Amino acid sequence: MSAETLTLKLKVWRQPNADTRGHFETYQLSGISTQMSFLEMLDVLNEQLVEKGEEPVAFDHDCREGICGMCGVMINGQAHGPDRETTTCQLHMRRFRDGDTIVIEPWRATAFPVVRDLVVDRSAFDRIIQAGGFVSVNTGNAPDANAVLIPRVQQEKSMDAAACIGCGACVAACKNASAMLFTAAKVSHLTLLPQGKSERSQRVLKMVAQMDEEQFGSCTNTGECEAACPAGIKLDNIARLNREYLRAMLCSSDG
Amino acid sequence: MAIAESQILDSKVPSGPVQEKWDRCRFEMKLVNPANKRKYTILVVGTGLAGGAAAASLAELGYKVKSFCIQDSPRRAHSIAAQGGINAAKNYPNDGDSIWRLFYDTVKGGDYRSREANVYRLAQISNNIIDQCAAQGVPFAREYGGTLANRSFGGAQVSRTFYCRGQTGQQLLLGAYQALMRQVSTGKIDLHPRREMMDLIVVDGKARGIVTRNLVTGKFEIHLGDAVVLATGGYGNAYYLSTNGNGCNVTAAWRCHRRGAYFANPCFTQIHPTCIPRSGDYQSKLTLMSESLRNDGRVWVPKQSGDRRAPHEIPEADRDYYLERRYPSFGNLVPRDVASRAAKERCDAGYGVNETGQAVYLDFQVAIERDGEAAIRAKYGNLFHMYHKITGDDPYKRPMRIYPAIHYTMGGLWVDYHLQSTIPGLFVLGEANFSDHGANRLGASALMQGLADGYFVIPYTIGDHLARHQFEKVSDDHAACHEALESSQSRLTTLASIGGRRSPNQFHRQLGQILWDHVGMGRNRAGLESAIEQIRSLRAEFWEDLKVVGKNEELNQVLEKAGRVADYMEFAELLAGDALNREESCGGHFREEHQTPEGEALRDDDNFSYVAAWEFNAVGEPATLHKEPLSFESVPLATRSYK
Repeated sequence: MSAETLTLKLKVWRQPNADTRGHFETYQLSGISTQMSFLEMLDVLNEQLVEKGEEPVAFDHDCREGICGMCGVMINGQAHGPDRETTTCQLHMRRFRDGDTIVIEPWRATAFPVVRDLVVDRSAFDRIIQAGGFVSVNTGNAPDANAVLIPRVQQEKSMDAAACIGCGACVAACKNASAMLFTAAKVSHLTLLPQGKSERSQRVLKMVAQMDEEQFGSCTNTGECEAACPAGIKLDNIARLNREYLRAMLCSSDG
Repeated sequence: MAIAESQILDSKVPSGPVQEKWDRCRFEMKLVNPANKRKYTILVVGTGLAGGAAAASLAELGYKVKSFCIQDSPRRAHSIAAQGGINAAKNYPNDGDSIWRLFYDTVKGGDYRSREANVYRLAQISNNIIDQCAAQGVPFAREYGGTLANRSFGGAQVSRTFYCRGQTGQQLLLGAYQALMRQVSTGKIDLHPRREMMDLIVVDGKARGIVTRNLVTGKFEIHLGDAVVLATGGYGNAYYLSTNGNGCNVTAAWRCHRRGAYFANPCFTQIHPTCIPRSGDYQSKLTLMSESLRNDGRVWVPKQSGDRRAPHEIPEADRDYYLERRYPSFGNLVPRDVASRAAKERCDAGYGVNETGQAVYLDFQVAIERDGEAAIRAKYGNLFHMYHKITGDDPYKRPMRIYPAIHYTMGGLWVDYHLQSTIPGLFVLGEANFSDHGANRLGASALMQGLADGYFVIPYTIGDHLARHQFEKVSDDHAACHEALESSQSRLTTLASIGGRRSPNQFHRQLGQILWDHVGMGRNRAGLESAIEQIRSLRAEFWEDLKVVGKNEELNQVLEKAGRVADYMEFAELLAGDALNREESCGGHFREEHQTPEGEALRDDDNFSYVAAWEFNAVGEPATLHKEPLSFESVPLATRSYK
């Protein structure tokens, strides 16, 4: 594909730290190649700001290939921008047109306080995992890997859920800032495997309790999370979490 | 680089047959009484496969652990990006694999520049890793009957690679992360995300602490303990463009080097043959396309130099499947170094495709016709999707364009058989050490090594160190803490106040270009000497003309970058110097002066069968070379041939 260049107007959320009010700042950018990734476009903006002696826009990023889950901003009101199953770093400028205005904001959620500009604190996700998103097996305790057979269909379903990259787009896209898709993905990943079965009741109860404690909102099954998810995590997982939760509440003796 | 040779390094490899060394070592090690383990604090820097696995396993044993990472969460370490798989000698497919074969393949694949004993241990442990990860709930690919699936990967003639679609690194890392989180919840691990290690604190000759900078507040902190475990990855980003994450850096390792840890074989860098080629100057990284693609993809260029026809218009007779032509027995599955050099050779000779001429085709047409698009989609769907997103081209319809890129670094801090560096109490794990891959790493072996070091080696060897030494109480006001803190702070203050014109990124890009041109896929004396000169003058410019904006006491990504680039500027000289010293071609290190008439690498076992471990003296002064001789008792030295 041959490259073209774009002239763009950016409206970027600037906020020095968690305690100071933020505001939108407008920047003009020209000569942006359509072959650039969205973050490379922000790199260009930042190089220009540094050149002028202004502070660059802080944003989180690392792998730049859609797997680490570190990047993520609202682009024209959409988490990770307009493309389905695409992280911000995978979005390319060929998706935009010459003269476009692009509004760039951080994830907005009480549970994800802004650290600076587009950087937010997602440690609430780590605490949800700490509450029970694991299998309790110490190093050295494992039986031979083939001693426990897992039907392929089951493993594939588990893998579908395990693919979550923990970026937080589901929370940012949700009108209630619910973390149900994230939590449900981990509950599903482990519940679907025989290895995760023995702790299934405790896990779901504790993870949901932690999710509430972190002040994530409630789930109303709107499905924005699924639409925004760059890893293709499906709403079915939320249904599964609800079943698991009910089961743990009603039927489990260890719950 | 002038070379002063001094003592020969002791690798502490136990005597006896290679199969019994690890057992013997474990038996001879002193143990820490279970009740005493909680009295020791261990600092683990990095939360990738090696660091995450180490922190979790040490906490499970009862040690107090402090864990540090530069990312916002331990789950984001760059191990997550590994795509293809993890090797193990399970021999589930019944196709002739064994611990001995995995050992043999790894020593040979490393072009006889790794330590036999370490490699054998790695092969032994490989099977435990698969068991452990499966028990953690890593959703490895399965056969319909429910047993684990395997595939052949990157040059192996047996199917020994376990995988989770194209996201194996992600799933293994999440397994380690979850084990880590479980220990955080029990209070055994004290987690410190968004912290960058700025220096190592050495007290009475032992590593006893680290200085970190809180990346959000800019505050410097001192953390003290009884041992330090460094698992901070490789230095591929010295080249600016690589397949590494943008945050990967050499700073932690380099700071330890400056404190006395020797740096081994830095010139052993791996250039991965299948990456998406560069498209412009703004480019921030090169994306890897898993080499599992070479199982079904065929690599070719036009036979006619400058043939600008679209790939589907070039008939079969006008295509040069150069890997199949040059290496009939391994074909498209030759190891990474061989495949990369072959691509460079074709492009340098003018047969490259793409606007830049710096690309070759990776074509799936035959596989799609043979197995159907659905089968190819099931195997590689996410990789094809990734390629499509980045390039805008659909690889089901048009061959991928690929080119080699810096991917992994085999060199790293020197460690003995216990994974201990030349500073007692400083242990180095995973890509950050040098020990297991020699001059070239085989595909699906990085994940294996990171997890082997973290889950199954360090839990034993660190106990031996703790049990054999007395640890005086050290507090924050110790002179060594004070000195390390002061020097880290003043270094950053200096960087912030140079007041020049060029950003850290501009310097980094320039440095990367020097390294890629002269210390990349082909190296020669004149080029390396010129590189060293260029690095020195660029470093001088850096300290005069650097521009950093923003404050030190807040989240300041320009300042972070400046600190890392400052270390690359010093490290790069050692990298080029090591390449200059090694007058032979082996694995990823190809000296153009040393090749066969057919253009294959020519090793010099008589003179270079050693590990080059460099001791830091001062910036701009030659490092001192220490040699660890390598002997090959179990895998006889031979010329690698994939013909």
